Amino acid sequence: MKRTRIGFFNKQRQFEQDMLERGVEYEYSSFYADSLKQLKKNKMAMGCAVILLLLILIAIFAPLLAPYDPAYQDYTAVLAEPSSAHLLGTDEYGRDILSRIIYGSRVSISIGIVAQIVASLVGITLGSLAGYYGGVIDNVISRIMEIFQAFPDLIFAMAIMTFMGKGVLNLFIALGLLTWVRTARMIRGSVMQLKEKEYIEASRACGASTFWIIAKGLIPNCLSTIIVMVTLGIPNAIMYEASLSFLGIGIQPPTPSWGNMISAAQTFISYRPLYSIMPGVAIMITVIAFNIFGDGLRDALDPKLKT
Amino acid sequence: MLSYTAKRLGQTVFVLIGISLITFVLLQVVPGDPVALMLEKRADPETIAKIRHELGLDLPYHIQYYNFLKGAVRLDFGTSYFTKEVVSVALIRSFKVTVKLACMAFVFAAAIGIPCGIFSAVKRGKRIDSVVMVLSIIGVSAPAFWFAIILQIIFGLKLDILPISGFDGVSCYILPSVALGARYAGSMARITRTSMLEVMGQDYIRTAKAKGASRWSVIMKHALKNAMIPIVTLIGTDFGYMLTGSMLIEKVFSIPGIGKLAVDAMSNRDLPLLEGTVMYIAFVFVIVNLIVDLSYAFLDPRIRYGKGAA
Repeated sequence: MKRTRIGFFNKQRQFEQDMLERGVEYEYSSFYADSLKQLKKNKMAMGCAVILLLLILIAIFAPLLAPYDPAYQDYTAVLAEPSSAHLLGTDEYGRDILSRIIYGSRVSISIGIVAQIVASLVGITLGSLAGYYGGVIDNVISRIMEIFQAFPDLIFAMAIMTFMGKGVLNLFIALGLLTWVRTARMIRGSVMQLKEKEYIEASRACGASTFWIIAKGLIPNCLSTIIVMVTLGIPNAIMYEASLSFLGIGIQPPTPSWGNMISAAQTFISYRPLYSIMPGVAIMITVIAFNIFGDGLRDALDPKLKT
Repeated sequence: MLSYTAKRLGQTVFVLIGISLITFVLLQVVPGDPVALMLEKRADPETIAKIRHELGLDLPYHIQYYNFLKGAVRLDFGTSYFTKEVVSVALIRSFKVTVKLACMAFVFAAAIGIPCGIFSAVKRGKRIDSVVMVLSIIGVSAPAFWFAIILQIIFGLKLDILPISGFDGVSCYILPSVALGARYAGSMARITRTSMLEVMGQDYIRTAKAKGASRWSVIMKHALKNAMIPIVTLIGTDFGYMLTGSMLIEKVFSIPGIGKLAVDAMSNRDLPLLEGTVMYIAFVFVIVNLIVDLSYAFLDPRIRYGKGAA
């Protein structure tokens, strides 16, 4: 038997038909179209969106944009001053700093995004289970969240990296584990509120399975929260990556990352200050752009999240 | 208040046990034999087995965990594999340095952040407000270790007025504490501004103004007092972060604090030392948060009875 779902979109169709029959002209805008309109009004956020787009394009087209191979070592120009050949100079192995910063954006942005995907998967699963079931399951999950939250972040990441060993994949997992609690808390709260709504009652009465209710009934309604959490979580993860790489337990050289470049540059600050400054500028621009764009998204999508 | 305190205390004990379990699993059950590493592969298997036995690494895991927990409660984590120093002695020595650094950074952050936040709330929408907010965004978004390096370049190398490393004398602490505090100054300014704006929109502030109280007396006496509650919580938590998150700054300025101890222990795979620092830092962090929560509940009765219990 085919199950007919009477949901939001069916109602919308009904509404459209009614209006058509009555000959009333109307303009309909969905929740997301509304939010987008709201977001477009926010000039700061849109400016940051453009910057982010540029950063992502730079990361994707790094091989085309970078003047040199980031691993190419020019022994005739070790720690060279900025010049027309090397716009930002070279590092201690004669590698072009600008090219390394451009390639570093790949590491930072991909780590930010993947870490947030990991965090969201864990956070959404555990958060919705805790919120939906309540009782013992909620209790256990909430206690686990408390423990994770009480662990000081960098030391926790260090412990995980010691355990799993250095490497990009392990860094994804460590950063995901570091940041899932916030998402889980938010989702838990939203799910707890939403599950009391009539439409969930209705789908339960129709015999929908628990999985269906959570996956189709509850999570889509948390989508705006999830989008905001991910956008604001990415700069966080980028910052952790930079910090861990700076401490020497994140991305390992020779792979260029903004954090490990600053770490390497530290030795040469007295006569090549630009070498340590520029990767930091890159981090700052990325983090600020994500933060302001994320704030704008939050205001547009989910104003009650504002704290 | 009593039942809330009891509940919070119970929670803290539970969290600490959870942390110790995670630490134990992550560090004690690690792949890679610390003893082989310690002896740099020079020793024969027999010696390795002997040392493993001496360190109790050949016992079943639940007994090892029990021993670990027993040691942790007594602050006894054994001796470092590398420096042969007693771990708790090294911890206390380094912790003193970190506390000093964190306190100075905290004073700096509060002295800059809170007045700036009040000022930009009072001058809402004016140019000074935007300037403070932009600065605070930069402060929050700039990596602390990078900011530290910039301070070194400007004040240590170009102007040559402050030392860029070491930890003897007050002048050595200035740059590290500014570098550590900058980010928290930014977040304090933001939260102070939000909190002040919220309070200043309320009826009793209008009443106070209508009564003819002077502008600054309204701001300082009526508004700030009530705006302080969220600020106190935030800055308490921030202090916890400063105490435990100073390892980046300590690395830049080569300050021998608890963070540097942890990083060194990590790169040497010095397990007793690493376990000790991880447990110690986590313990301090959890206790600071406990104190913050209790004082918050003390200041704001709503937390004790209502929402905060959830």
